[in-house]
This record gives sequence, C-alpha cells and structure tokens, in this order.
Amino acid sequence: MSTLEIRGLQVSVNTDAGAVEILKGVDLTIKSGETHAIMGPNGSGKSTLAYSIAGHPKYSITGGTVTLDGVDLLEMTVDERAKAGLFLAMQYPVEVPGVSVSNFLRTAATALRGEAPKLRTWVGEVKDAMEALKMDPAFATRNVNEGFSGGEKKRHEIMQLELLKPKIAILDETDSGLDVDALRIVSEGVVRAKEANNLGVLLITHYTRILRYIKPDFVHVFANGKIVEEGGAELAEKLEANGYAEYVGS
Amino acid sequence: MSLLTTNYLTPTGREEAWRFTPLKRLGGLHDGSATIGNRQSLILKEAVAGVKFERISRELSPSPVESDDVVIQRVREGATNVATLTIAPNTEVAEPIFLARAVHGLDTAELSRVRIELSAHSHATIIMENTGDAFIAEDIEFVLAPGSNLTFVSLQEWSSKSTHLAKHHAIVDRDASFKSITVTVGGSLVRLLPSVEFVGQGASCELLGVYFATEGQFFEHRMFVDHAVPNAKSRVNYKGALAGQGAHTVWIGDVFIRAAAEGTDTYELNRNLLLSDGARADSVPNLEIETGEIVGAGHASTTGRFDDEQLFYLMSRGIELSDARRLVVRGFFNEIVTEIGNCDIQDRLMNRIDDELAKAGS
Repeated sequence: MSTLEIRGLQVSVNTDAGAVEILKGVDLTIKSGETHAIMGPNGSGKSTLAYSIAGHPKYSITGGTVTLDGVDLLEMTVDERAKAGLFLAMQYPVEVPGVSVSNFLRTAATALRGEAPKLRTWVGEVKDAMEALKMDPAFATRNVNEGFSGGEKKRHEIMQLELLKPKIAILDETDSGLDVDALRIVSEGVVRAKEANNLGVLLITHYTRILRYIKPDFVHVFANGKIVEEGGAELAEKLEANGYAEYVGS
Repeated sequence: MSLLTTNYLTPTGREEAWRFTPLKRLGGLHDGSATIGNRQSLILKEAVAGVKFERISRELSPSPVESDDVVIQRVREGATNVATLTIAPNTEVAEPIFLARAVHGLDTAELSRVRIELSAHSHATIIMENTGDAFIAEDIEFVLAPGSNLTFVSLQEWSSKSTHLAKHHAIVDRDASFKSITVTVGGSLVRLLPSVEFVGQGASCELLGVYFATEGQFFEHRMFVDHAVPNAKSRVNYKGALAGQGAHTVWIGDVFIRAAAEGTDTYELNRNLLLSDGARADSVPNLEIETGEIVGAGHASTTGRFDDEQLFYLMSRGIELSDARRLVVRGFFNEIVTEIGNCDIQDRLMNRIDDELAKAGS
C-alpha cells in the first residue's frame, strides 16, 4: 500500500521576465489502487503539477511538500523519484536520437530493479507488453520517440508503465491526439497496470472521453493553479455538460 | 634543411587554411625545421586475395600534382617511396582489408605517401587503424576507376602525444562511389584534409566522421568536395563532442559546384556537442555555386549542449544522470559509428567514448 501526499504545493516557473507562480497551494492524496482525475482548462497548471512532482528542472518549488510513503520526494533527484516508485507518462515524450527502444527499456529496467533483467525472461516481457498494446515488433529497434506518430508515442509511454511497474503513475494528457481505437488500447493498458500492480493513478486530462475507459474514483477540478472543486465520477459528467466556464475568470 | 624545391611560404597562421591551427604544435612540419626519419610504418595486416600491397619507388609511381598545402607538398617531395594498394578489376573483396600503423617514436617525423587504386568495377572496404605515438605527415590518394566502390575507415586512436597531419584525396570516376568514415579520438594534434574530386558523371561520395576531443586536444577536419562534372552526388556528415579545458575542434566543409556541374546533389552537415565549459568548436560550412541547374545544395551546422529534456526523460525512468549522459552521447555518435559495419571496432570505439566522457567528469 503506497500513498502519494501533496500538501500546499506552490510552484513557480522561471521565465525571462522573472519567476511566475503557477501552482498556488495544491492538496491531494493518492493511494494504491485509486484513480484520481484532474480536469481543468488549458493553462490552469495541470501539467506543471505533473512535471514538478517528477522533478523537471524548469520548475522551482516555493512551498509545500510532496511525499511518497512518508519520504520527501522533493529532496530527490529525478531518477531517485522514479526508483521510489513514481512514473510520469508525458504529454510530449522526448526524442532520443541513436538510442533504440530496446536499449532504453533495458537500461531503465536495470536501473529500477537494481540488476539487469535476465535476458530470456526480459525478451518475453517486452514482447508481451508490445503485443498487448498492438505494437509492431520492429518498434523495439527504432530510436526512442524518433519519428513516432502521436499514437505510437503514447503506446510507448504506457508500455513503459506496464514494464517498469511503478507504485504511482501520473498520466499527463495521455488521451490527447489519440483516435478512438488508440484511446481504447492505451486505456486498457492503464487498467491492466492498475490490476497487476495495484497502481495508484493521477490522470490529467482536458476531456472526459478517457474516463469512459478508466473509471475515476475521484475527480478534481483544477483552475488557476489550484483545486477548486472535488467529487466523484458524477463531477466529470457535470463538466461534460457545462464545461469549465464557472471555474475560470473568477 | 628544407626539402621544398618550389618556393612555398611558411604559413604564418593568417592564411585561411591555417587560421585555426596552432602552428607551434606542428613540431616544425610546416616550416621545414622538423627532423625527418626513415620510418615506414604502414603495414597490411593480412594478405587478401585480389589485393596487392607493395612499396613502389617514387620515380615509378604516378607523380601527383603540387599540393597547395605546404606540409602535404613536403610529403610529396620528401617521401622516397609510395605504399601502393591495388584492387584488381572486377574484384569484390568481401572481407575488410586491414591496414595499420602502430607507431612508437616521436623524435623524428615520418613522411608517408599512400596510393590506393580501385580498378574498374572493383569493390572493397579498407580499415586503417592508427595507434601509438606518432609524428607523421601523410598523403593518401585514392583513385577510383569507373564503376568501383570503396569504403575507407580511418581510425585515429593515437596516444595523447601524437601529431598527425594528413590529406586524404579521392579521385572518383564515372559511376564510382567513395565512402569514408573518419574517426578521431586520440592524438594531441590531428589535422585531416579529406577531399574529393569528381572526374566522371554519376560519381558519388559520402564523407562521414566522428571526433571526440578532451582537455588540450586539437582536432581539425577540413574537407573539400569539388563538383567539376555533371550529375555527381556528395554527402558530408561529421559529428563531434568536446569536453575539458582547451579541447578544440575545427570542422570546415568546402563544397564547390563548378559551372559544368549541372545536376549536382550535395548536402553537408556538422553537429557538435559541447559537454563542458572551456572547450571550443569551430564549424564553417562553405558552398560556392557557379550553376543554378542543380538537384540540390545545402548545409547545416549546429553546436549545442546536453538537451535538458532528453536527460529529464531518461532520468524519469530511473536512469542516473551519468548513465543518461552516456546514452545520449552514444546515441549522438551511433548514427555514424554503426556505418563502420564491424562490431568489434564499433564496441571498441563506443567504450573509448564512454572512457573519454568519464575522464572529462561529465
């Protein structure tokens, strides 16, 4: 049983015009097996929440705490946070020229498991993960995210989620840019990871359609750098009907 | 003692061709003050069917034109014989041909002339491995007869005291193709002048290179592709990394499309990765075009540091910073190193690159 606890998190981003405050005190607790959806308009700070928890150097934490099972994540380097059990599926996964998917996955698995996975079982693991996400086997020989379509990038992220077995996963707009079929395949991957590892999920999205496949236990409305309303799955239906108008501009 | 019969001026460093080169570190190869020894270091490692390797006295070897490079001209006038490797006509040499210099001696300079001839419709891959302590000026001429195909890999894995100046000049005839992969990871000062002269239509060349300079090393790669005939194609792609105080690399890519060279297709690219402060990468592409009737002509040059987004992505999967950097650097060089097509050499070079990176504390 794991718990990611975010308390009073304040984050600013450094720009040419100086530091700009984005997150203005975020409180959120995510436990193993739970699915939390964070929904909100563009520019509300949803992605900043994801990237600052993962430790992106662009953001400065100006207040608050983030702990995983009581251990301070904010003191850790980016790789240490991953080793502690955190995973971030990115909205825009980064190209790494000259590094093959198979080399990348094996390096990551070796780092996270503390030893190189046995070659025979590892090859099977990767094959199964790729098949489950309906990915061509040739995918493993391609360079990380280089020339991938939007859908391929997202499948690759979810394949990592299934292979690397984190405790808590943050999915940053994993649904964006996916057609209906790809959305279903990717969502099924998330559900499998949840069932296999009792994963806790923080799902960031602008739209409700992914919630048809991944049922949220909690929905949090995010606006202007903080959570402005919370509820169950029924809150998503209300947002679907009414949009974010009542939360912005205030 | 000057060996020069022609009245060459000693470079001062103000000349375009010498403006980046630290002349004081040439050991007198440029001004005639270097003591010339009798060493002839080049060997053929193993005899190969269809391949002839011999030393021919300079009087019996075709005499080259004068070089406008004073050091190379010194080699042409001073070397008493020419190491000549010939591939018989219509011969496909399946296995790579290994040439090697394993030099130990910095007291006197070696002047080395090499001539590599590919007869009509022959195919070969030649790998030249340079190791040890060298003080050498080298002039290699490749003559590619019509329809021939040569891949030439030159590996500069010299000791950190070595000085190596060379011209690698390819004369490429009709429908012949020349590919070179130049790797420079060792030496104190290495200055290579790869050049290609197209003399028949439909000829092509691909000049690839990687270099990694650390503290105090100076590596210069200055190439010239001369499109003098129609419908020839050239590609240049050099990638370099630098780390440490005083590491300095120079890449010059000159491409000349003469008025007669209609249908030319050329592109040249140089990318540099600066891994620390105190290193300097000079990169100058030059394109001179005398005809507009071409297929394409372009160039690009970039010099940058580690991409924070790449490192963040890798580290967010649990990979430590030092391992993430190693992956990125290996990936950067991978595109060209894999072109060598020999796993032992590729692994050796990648391990050397890891070592250089570790040494630089990156």
